[in-house]
Amino acid sequence: MTAKLNLTLKVWRQVHAKAKGEFKTYKVHDISPDMSFLEMLDELNNELIRKGEEPVAFDHDCREGICGTCGMMINGQAHGPERLTTTCQLHMRKFKNGDTIVIEPWRARAFPVLRDLVVDRGSFDRIQQAGGYTSINVGNAPDGNSVPIPKTQADPAFASATCLGCGACVAACKNASAMLFVGAKVSQFALLPQGQPERAQRALSMVAQMDEEAFGNCTNTYECEAACPVGISVDNIARLNREYIRASVCSNVMP
Amino acid sequence: MKLDARIPSGPLDAKWDHCKNEMKLVSPTNKRKFDIIVVGTGLAGASAAASLAELGYNVKAFCFQDSPRRAHSIAAQGGINAAKNYQNDGDSVYRLFYETVKGGDFRSREANVYRLASVSGNIIDQCVAQGVPFAREYGGTLANRTFGGVQVSRTFYARGQTGQQLLLGAYGSMNRQIQLGRVKMFPRREMLDLVMVDGVARGIVVRNLVTGEYETHAAHAVLLCTGGYGNAYYLATYAKGSNVTAAWRCYKRGAAFANLCYTQIHPTCIPVTGDHQSKLTLMSESLRNDGRVWVPKNPGDLRSPNEVPDTDRDYYLERRYPSYGNMVPRDVASRAAKERCDSGYGVGSSAKAVYLDFSDAIKRDGVASIKAKYGNLFDMYAKITDEDPYASPMRIYPAIHYTMGGLWVDYNLESTIPGLFVLGEANFSDHGANRLGASALMQGLADGYFVAPYTVGHHLASRKLAKVGTDHPAFKETMYNAKDRVEKILKVNGKRTSDSFHRELGITLWDYVGMARNEAGLKKAMEKIRTLRDEFWQNVKVLGTGDSFNQNLEHAGRVADFLEFGELLARDALTRNESCGGHFREEYQTPDNDTLRDDTNFQHVAAWEYTGEGKEPIRNVEPLTFDEVKPIQRSYV
Ligand SMILES: Cc1cc2nc3c(=O)[nH]c(=O)nc-3n(C[C@H](O)[C@H](O)[C@H](O)COP(=O)(O)OP(=O)(O)OC[C@H]3O[C@@H](n4cnc5c(N)ncnc54)[C@H](O)[C@@H]3O)c2cc1C
Ligand code: FES
Repeated sequence: MTAKLNLTLKVWRQVHAKAKGEFKTYKVHDISPDMSFLEMLDELNNELIRKGEEPVAFDHDCREGICGTCGMMINGQAHGPERLTTTCQLHMRKFKNGDTIVIEPWRARAFPVLRDLVVDRGSFDRIQQAGGYTSINVGNAPDGNSVPIPKTQADPAFASATCLGCGACVAACKNASAMLFVGAKVSQFALLPQGQPERAQRALSMVAQMDEEAFGNCTNTYECEAACPVGISVDNIARLNREYIRASVCSNVMP
Repeated sequence: MKLDARIPSGPLDAKWDHCKNEMKLVSPTNKRKFDIIVVGTGLAGASAAASLAELGYNVKAFCFQDSPRRAHSIAAQGGINAAKNYQNDGDSVYRLFYETVKGGDFRSREANVYRLASVSGNIIDQCVAQGVPFAREYGGTLANRTFGGVQVSRTFYARGQTGQQLLLGAYGSMNRQIQLGRVKMFPRREMLDLVMVDGVARGIVVRNLVTGEYETHAAHAVLLCTGGYGNAYYLATYAKGSNVTAAWRCYKRGAAFANLCYTQIHPTCIPVTGDHQSKLTLMSESLRNDGRVWVPKNPGDLRSPNEVPDTDRDYYLERRYPSYGNMVPRDVASRAAKERCDSGYGVGSSAKAVYLDFSDAIKRDGVASIKAKYGNLFDMYAKITDEDPYASPMRIYPAIHYTMGGLWVDYNLESTIPGLFVLGEANFSDHGANRLGASALMQGLADGYFVAPYTVGHHLASRKLAKVGTDHPAFKETMYNAKDRVEKILKVNGKRTSDSFHRELGITLWDYVGMARNEAGLKKAMEKIRTLRDEFWQNVKVLGTGDSFNQNLEHAGRVADFLEFGELLARDALTRNESCGGHFREEYQTPDNDTLRDDTNFQHVAAWEYTGEGKEPIRNVEPLTFDEVKPIQRSYV
């Protein structure tokens, strides 16, 4: 058994979207190193409730690193210090007794804060609505094995498809660019035969929606890749750029 | 209450076609005049919303997460079944049907299960067309793996994140309809009640979780796709937000709640490590394809697992069930693990764990191959436990994972409330007393893509539905009721957190309504839950206001419902005097600790009817008949 931790937390508190936020300092004691970061926040919240203070709001659901709901800046890093890890899968053994931890929401114009550490990521959904799919109605699908897809194509498509939509890439980027997120979806379909019929239109529509949502431009600093909890590679950004150029010169597609 | 399952006539393999031919249709131009509410955007809800919108209906979809893509279905790991027989290993619709009925310990409806098996292949086709990146062989064809309780390879998968990929496929289809204006999506909404007009479901009350505002929505049909109730046990493999609230409120409006005691306890989860733990994490059943389960032969053997030679290991599943080995169904594997631990052979600091060992598979296939199949699961294990599962075996123990019970539905997936349809894990469905692995994803998508689009249409075309808007008095009244209850929670202003009530409820359910149950224990559980519920309403402490973003209030509302629900769960277990599937009553077991059914007295569905606050509910019965398969004592030896 490793020793318990006593920590100082500096947490962003903001009661609603229009309110002015500020950092508040809290102490937590006897934190087990086996706890997840969110379990540590649960402890803080239970303590706050007992003291009559409103608990810290934060988004979470699966707590298994797959739903993409959780996410916060921990000491200035999206999802904290451990690579390839969501906040819910970060464990307290990564911290030392006596540490001070600064906890903030994602900061981006396209992700307005709703309360404390909770932001509105509706912009991501709207980008997906613009074209992140194949237009096939139920009932029309051919047999699953009718189009063989080589493993060499299927595997990279899968790798792109694993994006959680958590927003860490945007939060980590100094320009708050969403290129990695958009690149991942565009790549998944660009790599698969199913995605070919709408390939050009998809790239144009999703990029147009991204521009409308107040995300910044990509200046190739690759902070997004470093922060991504599932390791989505910046190759997806390069592919998005290629797809966009390819689509733009395709005269029969309207953006 | 009359329970008419409306099972179509004719031979088993022709029933669904027969039903579809008989059903009334809404003409293409009339479809846009109908509004449909879909609550929940997991596999069941997202697929239903997309398919109904494709047909031309106006759909409104709701979920409590910030995005429909985050529904609990996203966490499904291992795979989805389909009787494609791509492996040429003798699979067929009939075999999938038979194994599902047998796996469910002969407590499901033959007709429903057959339909499920027969549309399973179409699900895979649909998902592939959506661009779901299933695992493939080098030749480009789809790959399969094996799951428990079956002897063919019919499970399609996308590494250890099949649910994620299937859900993103359905989410994509729904997004397309949102873009086309046929689906209107309402995220961060919690359904708090069902609105009934003239005995028919005509709308819902939701709370906007950002602003705290109450909203009412009217429709011609309501589809409840809100998932399972396993979080009643607090520690479970469910997402933290999963709840019974929507289903429970429908129960109180007259929808029968069926077979609550059929809860699935999954054999391979990461064991509990301390009181701080907020949830348990599953290690997919697919791991049992390559992992071998064992405990030391000598109780209290303190050597590290790699130092225990083969001769000192008890591969108890392989020993007890030679033909299925590590691939016995979940209920059997879970009970066997509990038996070993209770007898003193458990490992790890708590002695409540068994080993799942991959060393033979790693030796045989190499680390790279194991990584390709299960990489994300191994990583997850390492993150949580700080141990390397490639170097030493995983430690695992059973945990609450899935609920076979749910709102009672007929063959058309309609509840006992006309116009209220229930899909996916929220219904009592097709799995009987135990669900086979990789069948929940199949069922959710079958319900949403292939069943509800027909049966909901039939409801719309065959019933006269008066024009009803949210200005109808029933909407106001239901909304005020919902609001009152929320305000009541805020007013208690006691001393205990909602979390502490939830934990205590969970411990009670796990101890008395968990893997092994008995009469005395179940009675005690009911008593304890009643006491806890009374205390909740006098001593819960919820801060903040109702008209703001208030997660503490959301949680307290869900716990309040679990505290009512938990008692019915224990009651259902108490009144089923037999053992079957996930419901194990110690009084009813075979000499080797297997479930002992009582087909004479309990070959039926128990569907509970609400009779009012503080009154005993009524246990209604739907007899099950088996024309095609003969119920036998399940054997996996
Ligand atoms: C860790 C894990 C792994 C699994 N792996 C597999 C597997 O490999 N294969 C398999 O077949 N099955 C698996 N299962 C089971 C399967 O994932 C679920 O049974 C299935 O996904 C449930 O889908 P659903 O659409 O019915 O509900 P869910 O996905 O649970 O969705 C419920 C929806 O309802 C909404 N909702 C709930 N309550 C309310 C409310 N009050 N108001 C508004 N909205 C509400 C939620 O927002 C959500 O959108 C697994 C389960 C777990 C826990
Ligand atoms: S809570 Fe789901 S990824 Fe963290």
